[in-house]
Amino acid sequence: MKSGNIMIVGVGGQGSLLASKLLGHLLLKEGFDVKVSEVHGMSQRGGSVVTYVRFGEKVASPVIDEGEADFIVSFEILEAARWLRYLKPDGHIVTNTQQIDPMPVIIGAKEYPKELEDKLKASGAAVDVMDCLTLAKEAGSAKAVNVVLIGRLSHYFDIPEDKWIEAIEEIVPAKFTEINKKAFELGRNFES
Amino acid sequence: MKQLMLGNKAFARGLYEAGCCVVSSYPGTPSTEITEEAAKYDEIYCEWAPNEKVAMEVTFGASLGGVRSFCGMKHVGLNVAADPLYTMSYTGVHAGIVIGVADDPGMHSSQNEQDSRHHAIAAKVPMLEPSDSAETLEYVKLAYELSEEFDTPVLVKMCTRIAHSQSVVETSQRACPPRKAYEKNIAKNVMMPGNAIKRHPIIEERTNNLKVWSETSGINKIEEGGKEIGIITSSTSYQYVKEVFGDSISILKLGMVNPLPDKLIREFASQVERLIVVEEMDPIIEEHVKSLGIKCEGKNLLPVCGEFSQNLIAAAMGKDIDTGKSLDDEIPVRPPIMCAGCPHRGVFYTLAKNKCVVMGDIGCYTLGAVAPLSAMDMTLCMGASVSAVHGFNKAMGADGEGKSVGIIGDSTFMHSGMTGLANIAYNQSNSTVIILDNSITGMTGHQQNPTTGYNIKGDPAGKIDLEALCRAMGIDRVVVTDPYDLDEFDRVLKEELAAEEPSVIIARRPCALLKYVKHNTPLTVNTDKCTGCGACMRIGCPAISMKEGKACVDKTLCVGCDVCMQLCHFDSFERIEKKGE
Repeated sequence: MKSGNIMIVGVGGQGSLLASKLLGHLLLKEGFDVKVSEVHGMSQRGGSVVTYVRFGEKVASPVIDEGEADFIVSFEILEAARWLRYLKPDGHIVTNTQQIDPMPVIIGAKEYPKELEDKLKASGAAVDVMDCLTLAKEAGSAKAVNVVLIGRLSHYFDIPEDKWIEAIEEIVPAKFTEINKKAFELGRNFES
Repeated sequence: MKQLMLGNKAFARGLYEAGCCVVSSYPGTPSTEITEEAAKYDEIYCEWAPNEKVAMEVTFGASLGGVRSFCGMKHVGLNVAADPLYTMSYTGVHAGIVIGVADDPGMHSSQNEQDSRHHAIAAKVPMLEPSDSAETLEYVKLAYELSEEFDTPVLVKMCTRIAHSQSVVETSQRACPPRKAYEKNIAKNVMMPGNAIKRHPIIEERTNNLKVWSETSGINKIEEGGKEIGIITSSTSYQYVKEVFGDSISILKLGMVNPLPDKLIREFASQVERLIVVEEMDPIIEEHVKSLGIKCEGKNLLPVCGEFSQNLIAAAMGKDIDTGKSLDDEIPVRPPIMCAGCPHRGVFYTLAKNKCVVMGDIGCYTLGAVAPLSAMDMTLCMGASVSAVHGFNKAMGADGEGKSVGIIGDSTFMHSGMTGLANIAYNQSNSTVIILDNSITGMTGHQQNPTTGYNIKGDPAGKIDLEALCRAMGIDRVVVTDPYDLDEFDRVLKEELAAEEPSVIIARRPCALLKYVKHNTPLTVNTDKCTGCGACMRIGCPAISMKEGKACVDKTLCVGCDVCMQLCHFDSFERIEKKGE
């Protein structure tokens, strides 16, 4: 892959920052120009949040627009559906199965859409749906959901596995390295 | 070494490398991280000031004291600091002053979409505008040189997409100029009419000199490409234009947006067949180009409202764009909400229950306006809740006084709520003000303020006693309550609304997200007792939902604040006890 666009989507507070930090660090070391765009402030308070990671020989725009994403990495499946129109026709979705009801659903004004997994697949996108929370707990911490997702994402890159592991070692605090390495493996070797 | 760096962190790095010694700011998205990152350098004295006006005046004092200084703020913060800015333009500087202002096109986290370039023009102060992190670092250093060479404060304008994007930078060493000796200069620094009259023509001359610099310094540059289309642009718009057109068109890329380089614009216009200005928000460059008698396009193609993107620009230029697919299902919106355990929730529930007219303010608690609480009647700007409830009551008399409140956070009260309270105390309205004291500045990501007892580095600092302050201002009825206790809060609210004099209710409970806050174990619902009446749903807690006709608590979100438990008539909520207890 000579260039690419990765969107990391989720609900404010789910911890997508580590995922984008890891990707940015790795892609820069691989010799790419990289831009990572985040949203801070009010929308972080339980709202829908998105981080854009772009890499290539030279990256201009800091954001990914509709129809431009090669990958959507999603912490919550409704968010994958929300941002679907940003995916390229041949793009990949790597998503957690977790469902978090948004306020209109909580108060009963709207319904949480049903069978999202099937509908995402029917859209023509390649979709990996993983119960990341269970995998993360298996690795040793519920907080490792982000690295499980990154593990699966790594499967689609021609960057050697040891480079990913190296990036985890350099970014994650030392006492959590082993948990995160295991979470990465569980994600990477996930069979959909 | 090449590294990825957030725009705001690159700004702070620029301050460090330029030898900045004093930083004073008020937090505001998307500017906050500039000051937070600067505070990590031991060589720079950093502080959170009570508001932007104070912060800017601190930089002026520091400049007189002979060191390079900085203040940072969001676009609306510059309105608060406009008073010192417009006259600091006249005094100029002793040591360099850089002012960081971050606009928020698209209003990701703001109450309006104002374009701070208007302030630069009106204050006659130069403004630089970087287009990525590397330029941010470079421009901040350049801004100090300009400030001292031209004897002026310099504005460096960020926007959300530059401030909150990481791109590649290369850092270098700090070069700190020696502190300049203080020089008393009444004619230059005491702006009374006789002196200011002499300064004004000097400022006009300075703008002319800056214009010459902007033509020749290389900060504004022509990137030659195809001559069919020529685009004048800056900031993140430049990046979108590059994304769409690459090198296929000609670009005049502006790094300085005030004053504008007339000669360069004329030269560029003469080289291209079709001239288009691509700028977010107001048509400032476009109107300037037209004022030079040059034909150009801009807002006839592109919107004034909202932020741009590559697709938006491509579509405006008549290019085909590929948009992706959507599902047929309606995707419910996911707006920001008050967190589980937020101490503000019980306050807004009680205000809604009592059908109060609520004058709101700026902070997390503006979310009290969101359904199902919907307990807010207006939000304008920092501090307006306190002033507006007074005006409302002067208009409504007893009809307003018994049911209206102004509601404001601790940090916002220190920022600009105190003056409104002084007005209530002085001009005697029977108003009720609620201060939501959650021991932190919440919305911008937990900054300390004068009421928390800690400074920007987390070290112990002066602490203003809110109760004593309100009493000293002439408010005799000052009550402190715990907003988790709904009955007590309801009692206090009714009592203070009924009182025949002004009152302040301090609803005190730390933000649930603060690391030191110890939470109770989560609650669960006894489905045998739950009747599905939905009383607990009226508080809009993200941890509670209805599943198969019964309330259900998400125990990963619940922090055991027990507000829902107090609403339940059937004792359905039960605490999950810790294992082993």
